[in-house]
Amino acid sequence: MSHADDEHEANIPATTAWMPGTIPGSSPGTGMTGGNRRNFLRGALAATLIAPGVTLNVFGANARPAGEPASTKVRWGLLVDVNKCSISCDACVRACNAENGLTGRSETDAQWIRKVTLNNSATEEIRSAPVMCQHCASPPCVDVCPTGASFKRADGIVLVDKHICIGCRYCMMACPFKARSFVHEDHDDQATHAPRGKGTVEGCTLCVTRVDAGQKPACVEACAKEGGALVFGDLNDPGSEISKALRQYPAAQLRADLGVDPGVFYAHLK
Amino acid sequence: MAKQRYHRLSDHSLPFWTLILLHGLAVAAGVASALYIESHGHGVTGMNNQIVWGLPHVFAVFLIVAASGALNVASVSSVFHRLVYKPFARLSGVLAIALLIGGLAILVLDLGRPERVFLTLFHRNLTSIFAWNIYLYGGFVALVAGYLYAMMDRRLSNDPRATAVFGWAAFIWRLILTTGTGSIFGFLIARDAVSGAIMAPIFIASSLLYGLAFTVLVLLTMSIETSDILCTKELIGKFRGLLALFAATTLALTLIAHLTKLYAAPTVAVELFLLRDGGIYPIVFWIGQIGLGLLAPLLLLAVMKSEASNVAELAGASILFLFGGLAQMYVVIIGAQAWPLNIFPGFEASSSFGDGAVATYAPTAPEFFLGISGVSIAMLIAALAFRLLPVIPQILANEAKA
Repeated sequence: MSHADDEHEANIPATTAWMPGTIPGSSPGTGMTGGNRRNFLRGALAATLIAPGVTLNVFGANARPAGEPASTKVRWGLLVDVNKCSISCDACVRACNAENGLTGRSETDAQWIRKVTLNNSATEEIRSAPVMCQHCASPPCVDVCPTGASFKRADGIVLVDKHICIGCRYCMMACPFKARSFVHEDHDDQATHAPRGKGTVEGCTLCVTRVDAGQKPACVEACAKEGGALVFGDLNDPGSEISKALRQYPAAQLRADLGVDPGVFYAHLK
Repeated sequence: MAKQRYHRLSDHSLPFWTLILLHGLAVAAGVASALYIESHGHGVTGMNNQIVWGLPHVFAVFLIVAASGALNVASVSSVFHRLVYKPFARLSGVLAIALLIGGLAILVLDLGRPERVFLTLFHRNLTSIFAWNIYLYGGFVALVAGYLYAMMDRRLSNDPRATAVFGWAAFIWRLILTTGTGSIFGFLIARDAVSGAIMAPIFIASSLLYGLAFTVLVLLTMSIETSDILCTKELIGKFRGLLALFAATTLALTLIAHLTKLYAAPTVAVELFLLRDGGIYPIVFWIGQIGLGLLAPLLLLAVMKSEASNVAELAGASILFLFGGLAQMYVVIIGAQAWPLNIFPGFEASSSFGDGAVATYAPTAPEFFLGISGVSIAMLIAALAFRLLPVIPQILANEAKA
């Protein structure tokens, strides 16, 4: 058994156990006023007629039924094609911030994903690539967390249980990719599906609520409209888009020498 | 041989009350700072997402390391049967617990969610060295408390086996505890400045030094307060030798650690940063940790004579060793974080999140007050214990002259 399969793996039921009482993709503060009843009824009728189609589209073939635990049969991963990642583009960062309601002071704001400019020391060629939680198979952040708040889901997504995070920041010390942020102040207008707590640690969730609903992470969706540098999928499925892409061209994990086996791969990083 | 007698502190002098008042003010400032940080968030500190552990951790780790070393005197008397130290074993045990509580208080008060600290009892992750340390700290307090009981209880104190058992257990436990504290840093695979097994022995050597320095200063303070010569001529000579030995060991291990990393190509850059190019960090290292913190007090000990009249040199050396300890923790904790992580080997990285750049850290006043209050919490706990428990040995006049 690999280290990744030990007791820190958690079979978390789809979405609800991770973030209680939320509807994937919903926004806070939306509600019906009394004057809009007629419009509401029209909308309800339309929704009744088109809902099945929407449901099929949103909760697609990859959606996991609510209550069903995540499975080790799946390992979610990302592929970053550096050749397609434009230095001037930050669509993935903007999409992540919008999806997860990330705001803050410039000095201490959270960055779940960031664009890193890379200057090849040998060739002087300048590239760019996004860095986010690498969703390691053997995540150091999970190893060091005293309460088990840092945990890895059975499907490889590394998360923070904010109910038992004590804010010691040892995971931030241990992460080789500086992928975690500490919430330094209170935040209003949070996204209901991505609650943030002052004094706790957070990081890329791989848009777990979206993934559980059969959607792709927000960064991947945004990138597809730009350069299409991000590929998301099941690393365990030989037929998935990401597995095919990984077979097509060589890709590397960041700091592979550390042996933490990241779930994020970088192609054409040279 | 006459039975050793102990007494409680009763009447306090004005200088002693002044010390208590100053420590009380420091604790009040620390508590106010902790409340301020918790209500406003850590955004009011100099800590950020690059430097996640700051000045409070420098003080906290320093106190925790010193705590295990404060048990030296007790260990030497019970484990190594050096009878000259025996009268001070109780004081040594009390100080060890006080320093540990002082350090842990700061560590807890600096948590993002300090009110959740008890969750660590119900949610355990046994792969976490942090989780191990929670048990090591708790076990240390329990063992030393048992040790003190064995020394103070009329019936048990007559049975040398009881003291020996607790003495040995506490001695072994304290070595494991400091190994655990050093390993908090040594286990960080991505932090080139501190990763490595040598962190544990460095912390053990440092703990012996800082713990003994604290003990010496408290003993000298109690000598003044009780108008009793607690530090006999013989004891001063022994403290001098032990401090020099521990300081030399700390210096040698520190030298080996840095030379090893200077020799290995992947860690040359971080070493040059800490030792030469890193701005504040080489200054703190060379002047604070090595110069004022180790070499200067070693020189002071070398020139002093083993006489009771030279307590000033012993006190001065002890203060400098403690100053050096804080400098050491600053370099180990802050310096290690300031150096950027090498996420993309072979590339010069830059980003809005500090990639490839040296992180800046400017500690704020609340952080300093929170940190320094740990020392005062420890001193107030020790003072209270000296008043409530028979800890201070009564030294006979003819012994003092010996």
